[in-house]
This record gives sequence, C-alpha cells and structure tokens, in this order.
Amino acid sequence: MSEKIKYFLERLSWVDIMVWLFGLAILVIAVIGVIGSIHNAYYTKEQWMDFVVFGISQGGVYALIALGYTLVYGILFMINFAHGDIFMAGAFTGYFLAAKLNQYGIYNSHPIISLLLIMLLAMVTSVVVALITERVAYRPLRKAPRLVPLITAIGASFTIEYTFRGLYGSGVEAYPDMKIFVGKTSVFGLRILKVHLLVIILSILLMAGLYAYVQYTKAGKAMRAVAEDKDVASLMGVDVDRVIVNTFILGAALAGIAGVLYALIFKQVHFFMGFIPGIKAFTAAVVGGIGNVPGAMLGGFILGIFEALGPGLILEGLGIPASYQLKDVIAFTLLVLVLIFRPTGLMGERLSEEKV
Amino acid sequence: MDSQNTFWKSAVKNGLLAGAIGLYSTLVGLVQAFNKRAVIEQLSLGHITLLLSWGVVAYVFLNHHRESESKGKLIAAGALVGGLGAFLVALLPMTAQWVDYHFVFVHAGPEMYSLLTFGKGPWLGSAMLVAVGALWGILIALVVSLPTFWRDSVVKAFLITITVGLLSDLFTGMTIGWMFQPFLGVEGLNILGAVLVFGLSIAYDYWSAHRKPKESAEAVATEPAGVTKSQLRRMVVGALALVVVAGLPLLLGSYLSHVLNMVGLYTIMGLGLNIVVGYAGLLDLGYVAFFALGAYTMGLLTSTGPLGIAHWTFWEAVPFSILVAMVAGILLGVPVLRMRGDYLAIVTLGFGEIIRILALSNWLKPLIGGAQGILLIPKPPLFGFKIQTPIHFYYLILVGIGIAAFVAYRLRESRLGRAWMAMREDEDVAEAMGIDLVVTKLTAFAFGASFSGLAGAIFASYVGSIFPHSFNLLISINVLSLIIVGGVGSMPGVFVGSLALVGLPELLREFAEYRMLIYGLSLIAMMLLKPEGFWPEPIRKRELREEVGD
Repeated sequence: MSEKIKYFLERLSWVDIMVWLFGLAILVIAVIGVIGSIHNAYYTKEQWMDFVVFGISQGGVYALIALGYTLVYGILFMINFAHGDIFMAGAFTGYFLAAKLNQYGIYNSHPIISLLLIMLLAMVTSVVVALITERVAYRPLRKAPRLVPLITAIGASFTIEYTFRGLYGSGVEAYPDMKIFVGKTSVFGLRILKVHLLVIILSILLMAGLYAYVQYTKAGKAMRAVAEDKDVASLMGVDVDRVIVNTFILGAALAGIAGVLYALIFKQVHFFMGFIPGIKAFTAAVVGGIGNVPGAMLGGFILGIFEALGPGLILEGLGIPASYQLKDVIAFTLLVLVLIFRPTGLMGERLSEEKV
Repeated sequence: MDSQNTFWKSAVKNGLLAGAIGLYSTLVGLVQAFNKRAVIEQLSLGHITLLLSWGVVAYVFLNHHRESESKGKLIAAGALVGGLGAFLVALLPMTAQWVDYHFVFVHAGPEMYSLLTFGKGPWLGSAMLVAVGALWGILIALVVSLPTFWRDSVVKAFLITITVGLLSDLFTGMTIGWMFQPFLGVEGLNILGAVLVFGLSIAYDYWSAHRKPKESAEAVATEPAGVTKSQLRRMVVGALALVVVAGLPLLLGSYLSHVLNMVGLYTIMGLGLNIVVGYAGLLDLGYVAFFALGAYTMGLLTSTGPLGIAHWTFWEAVPFSILVAMVAGILLGVPVLRMRGDYLAIVTLGFGEIIRILALSNWLKPLIGGAQGILLIPKPPLFGFKIQTPIHFYYLILVGIGIAAFVAYRLRESRLGRAWMAMREDEDVAEAMGIDLVVTKLTAFAFGASFSGLAGAIFASYVGSIFPHSFNLLISINVLSLIIVGGVGSMPGVFVGSLALVGLPELLREFAEYRMLIYGLSLIAMMLLKPEGFWPEPIRKRELREEVGD
C-alpha cells in the first residue's frame, strides 16, 4: 500500500494539484450555496420534490438522446453533432400528426393509439433523416482524420435545421395538450404531473429495452464487437457497415421518441429546438462516460436533476438573482467537475485513452 | 443483355433521385425564394436551382457511362433522368387539388404551383415542366458526349456564367460600376453579358491548354543567375497585390468594405484558432469566449456610457483586451490540460456558453449590462483624426491582420511552434522527447486567445455597442469551419476560408433564410470533395490524401 502511495506522490505534478484545487474550489462554493439555500429555506419541501421530479423527467429525455450520441461514438469515435437535430426532426414531424388528430378529435378520444402513432411517425422521420445523413455525410469519411467528420457533422446539423425550417416554417408551434395527461397524480404519496410520470416510465422502459438489446441479442453483440475493434469484428464475419447503419437507426429511433416526450413536457416545437437538448445530451453522455450505454443513462438523469435543482439549491444560496438563467452554467460546470476528478466520465472505464 | 437492364434500371433510379432532390429544393422553398433573383435576363436563380438539381444527377450518371454506352442511348437516358426528375416535381401541382400540402409544408401553395407550371394550369403546365426536364437531360447528354476537353470547358463556363450573373450586383456597387453597365440587365447579366462571359471562359481554357507546355519548358531553360526571372516576377506580383489591397476599399465602396472588415476580423480570429487547432491540435469549440472577453474589456474601459469605468481611448485599452483574453486562455486551459480530443471539444464549448450566459444574466447586469449590453463605445482616434467609417476601419483591421499574421508566422517557425506541432502529431512521443506538455498547451491557448481578444477589441470599437447575442456558439463554429475549409494549419488558408465562409454568405444576405442551409450544405460538400481545404499545407495535404485514398 505504501508503495502505491509513494508511486502516486512521485507522479503527482503541480498540474494535477492545481486542477484539483480548481475543482475543490467549485465544490466548496457549491456547498456554501447549498447551506445558504437550506438555511434560508427559499422553497418548501413540496417545491423541492417538484424540482426533482421535473429533473428526472427532463433527465430521461436527455438520457434517450445521449444514448444516440454514445452508441455512435462508441463505434465511430465521432461526435454526431447533428443528433440533436435528428431529435428535432422527429418531434416537429410528430407535431403535424398530433395537430391533425386533434383537429378530428381522435387525439383525446383515443389518446394511447394517437400517442403510439405520433411516436411511430417521429421515429420513422428521425430514422430516415439519420440514415440519409449517415449515407451522404458520414460514410464516405470513415477513414478521414477526426476533424473532417466533425465539420461534416456540424454542416449536417445546419443543413437539417434549416431544411426543416424551410419545410415547416420558422414559427413556434404549440403542441396540443392530451387531456388524460393534464394535471397531477399521486404516486407513493407524491403529487407529480402526469406528463412527467409518463415520460419517466417510458424513458426507463426504453432504456431497459435498449440495454437488453445491446447486451443479449446477436445484433447487440455484433455492435459491441464493432465498438471493440472494427477490423477484427469484420474478420469474425460481422458486417460492419450493417452494424453501423443499425446503430444509427437505433439512436435515431430513441431520439424520435425523446422528441415526442420533450414536446409533451414543454408543449412546443420549433426548428431550432434540437440544439440545446443536443448539446446537453452530449454533455450527459460525456459525464456518464462516452461510449458507455449505462453511463449515458446515468449521465442523463444526473444532468437533468442537477439542472433542475442547481439554480435553486446552489445559486440562490449564493445570493445570485434570477438564477434560473444560469442553469446551463450548472450543467457545464458539472461536466468540468466530473472530468477533472474522473477524466473518462463516471462509468467510462473501458474506453482507453488511446482510443480517444 | 443483363448489363443493358442494369443500365436502364440505374437510369430510373437516378431519375427518382433527381426528382427527390428537385422536390426537396422546391419544398424547402429554395426555388421560390430564389425566383426573385434574376441571373441572366428572365432566367432566375430559382429556375437554375431546379435545373441544377436534376442536372447534377444526370451529369454524374451519364458521365459514369460515357465510355461504355452509345451516344444515342446516353441521350435517351438523359431524357429519361431529366423527364422523370421533372415528373416527380410536377406531381406536386398535379395532386394539389386533392391534397392539402400547405398544412405541413409552409411553402406549398398556389404561388409555388403556378411557378412550377409556368402559370399554365396543373395539366398543361406539368407537361411543359416534364418536357423542359427531358430537354435539359438531352442537353446534358450532348455535353457529356463531347470530347473531354470541350465537355469540361463547357461545364466550367456554364458554372462561371451563373456565378458571375449571381454576383453581378457587386459590379454595380463598385465605384467603377458604370463600366459594366452594357452587360447587365435590370438584375443579373443580360444575354450579351452571359454570352460574353461564357465565351471568355471557354476561350481562356482553350488558350491556357495550348500554352502550358511551351511556358514550362521555357521556365526551365532560362534561369539566369542573380535576381531570377521568377523572383522578379514574384516581387512585381507582391507589389501589385499590396497596391490592390491598399486601394481596395476606395474601389469597393462602403458596404463591400464592411463585408471585407468582417472577413478581416474573422481572419484575425482564424489565425489565432489556427494556433490552437492547426498547430497544437487542441480542438477548441469555445473560441468565442475570448472574442467576447476582448470586446467586453474594450467596452468597459472605453465606453462613455454609464457602464464605462475608465473612459480610455481605444489605443490604451487594446493591450488590456489582449491581456485579459490571454489570461482567460490560460485559466480556461488549466482544467482541460489532461483532457483529450472530444472531451476537450465539449468542455471548451461549455466554457464558451458559460461566458455568453454570464454576460446575458441579470446577476452581472449592473457590471456589464446584461441583455442590453454596453453602448456608446467610442471610435479609435488617430492624431486628431477619427477612425470612423468602414473604409477607415479597413486599414485598422489590415494592420491588425498584419501583426497577427507576423506573430503567427514567427511563432510557427520558432522552437515553440515546432513543439506545438510535435504535440499535435503525438502527445506521448512529444513528451518523451522532452517537450513540456503543460507549458506548450497553455502557451497555445494563451496565444490563440490573445488573437481573439484583439479581434474582439476592434469589433467592439467598430460596431460601437456590444450585446451578449453577438457572441454565440455560431462564431466559434464559424471560425473553426473557416480554418478547416481553408486548410488546417495553413495561414493563407485562413484568409481564403474567411472569404468563403464569411464573405460569401454576407453577399448572399438577401437569401437570409437559406444562408445557413447553403452554408451547411457547402461544409458537407467541401469535406467530401476537398477535405484538405482550399489552400492546404503541403505536408497536411499529402497526409490527408493518403488517409482518404485507401
């Protein structure tokens, strides 16, 4: 044991110490904020619970999008910058079906069927957009240096955003309310919004399904094999192209559903709506350890909860006014902190540095 | 027989593809929006967009089969691809009476249908549209079956003519615009101008093709000692370039000078980010943070408004803007010292967003103005004279670029520059060779940030008031894209890149809605066709070609 400590001390450089001090400073400030908030009792217990539930449901959406980032990253080692916009494509297209169904009254008379149909349409749209993007923008560049596909992905992101702006217009469309999901319900004595409950349940179910797919099916095994080593996998008879396409389909389908859920929570769709959730979800994927499927889920929920709680819990305790404006600062600070203390993310142990 | 079948099958496939692309550009609204811009007489950019979306597919397809198929079959296939492409687009006005496309697609409506059908009603008009598509396909087949030299020359001339027509407004904006009047219509080129440009382009091709061998042989043969001919020529070209650069704003007028100024500011930033990304290989997506810090420092130190704290002049404040950015570069560099690749990218992106959100927040509003920003930033004085108009600023920015380029160049050639590049190639090997990674990384961040700070300072003084909204992620992405489009690590590439990504969109302002779409599409196309950039470093180019090639 003492050998280990000695080795550790030898290897310790002033950089690590400075970086840790930096991280510790942020932590201390956060703790002071929390103490201040609790001491002053700005919010009731009820309100805190609301924050947490909102955080979990938002986190569920982040996690679903983050899975798309992480799956693609695990296999291609590229940031699919356009993934947030693939999410938007599903949500925005789903809106038109929702509006039509609402117009004919089916939306509220058969809510479950309507919701399934809308999700199906959103999924299909997202998948189609993702497949076209993969085919046109990413596949020809598989062997290019890493900056090149990154720029293509940024280009694809703009292209998708402004394509949908051209197709559907630049207005903010109000997503119709589904009557059975309006209002609150009681779960274990907790009063929570029905929409949030729906989102939390659905996102957890989907994630469990995805995890099972990746872990226990043959296709999932092939996916993990390709993530491990493309060349060896192809020698073992895995069709690498096929697996990559599958990965994009899977990620996009989840993003499409996440889009509908997001629209149900925030009740509006817009051509630019994918940008911020996209970045947040990528942040979540990195927090959890990019390339790691359970990590993305964990990262999503953690990020969602921190974002919901952070402004009230930490910033208001520090005496910062209008703290909700700074929730993105909380998200990115969390990211920096996690990376300072765990450079590969919370669960990303297997991804060795050389791969990154 | 089998290959025949596949030929026609793939012709149908390509026709469908052409139709899909045509439908896309129609529904996105490109055709309709571009219809307002005449390029050659009555032919609008909208028409050209449609023609191009069928034409590119047809050209690529036919060109692929150029050697193997007979001319007659090529023509038939061209007609098929063009006609089928047009038919798919024509389905829109034909079915519009039964289907309400407008519910989903905002641009679908009577105006679009009548545009597509030449105002002749759904049936006759659609037939005409299909006929136009088929004829266009035949025309392309004819061009494809020309001898190689003439084929390339005609295609090139066609594209050049469109470009000149599109940019013809530039000529009228110039102070010597009257010289071009005879060739211009109310908008765009007139027939005479178009024919002239087309002819000139072909003539130039013909001339350069028949001149080349003689010239190069001569150059090798006559190389006297002392000041060689090529050196002399380079000096003359350099002097001429200097005169042109110095005189440009006087020639271009106020608006185009403003465009050039934006290009210039992005060039300064690009030179800085080039140090971080191009030399040191550190992917930074939050570069706008330093631009914002430079601008806010300038604003706070010089503003004559309520937020100004020092009422300094521009010249006193500039060093501080640069210093603040530099220190911020080091501070933000420390936590990311241990991060690599994409982790670095997302964290720096986060930093950029944090700076913007803080600038926007109510919390810091008493200090830096929140969403209302900092107003009343004075213009730089110069010996009793005020640098005020875009034309004046052009020279200020030119000096800025000069200094930035000089510093960047000297840095690259220095020991530090070589250390950066060694680190870019392989961190571990560089460290083993005795390079201090910490110092090397932090200096890269510091120098990169200082350039951005300079650009921010000039920007603040140029626009006179700054708002948090001017410092969004888009700027970081723009700067990163422009150095990659220009060629990573290449200094002339930075300038070419900013001309292409900042200058051109600025000129396409009137298509504001579609600027970003075109920007995105061209980024993709650029990376697919020319991943090494317009003006790559020679080494980089070789590397990239090898990697992409296999």
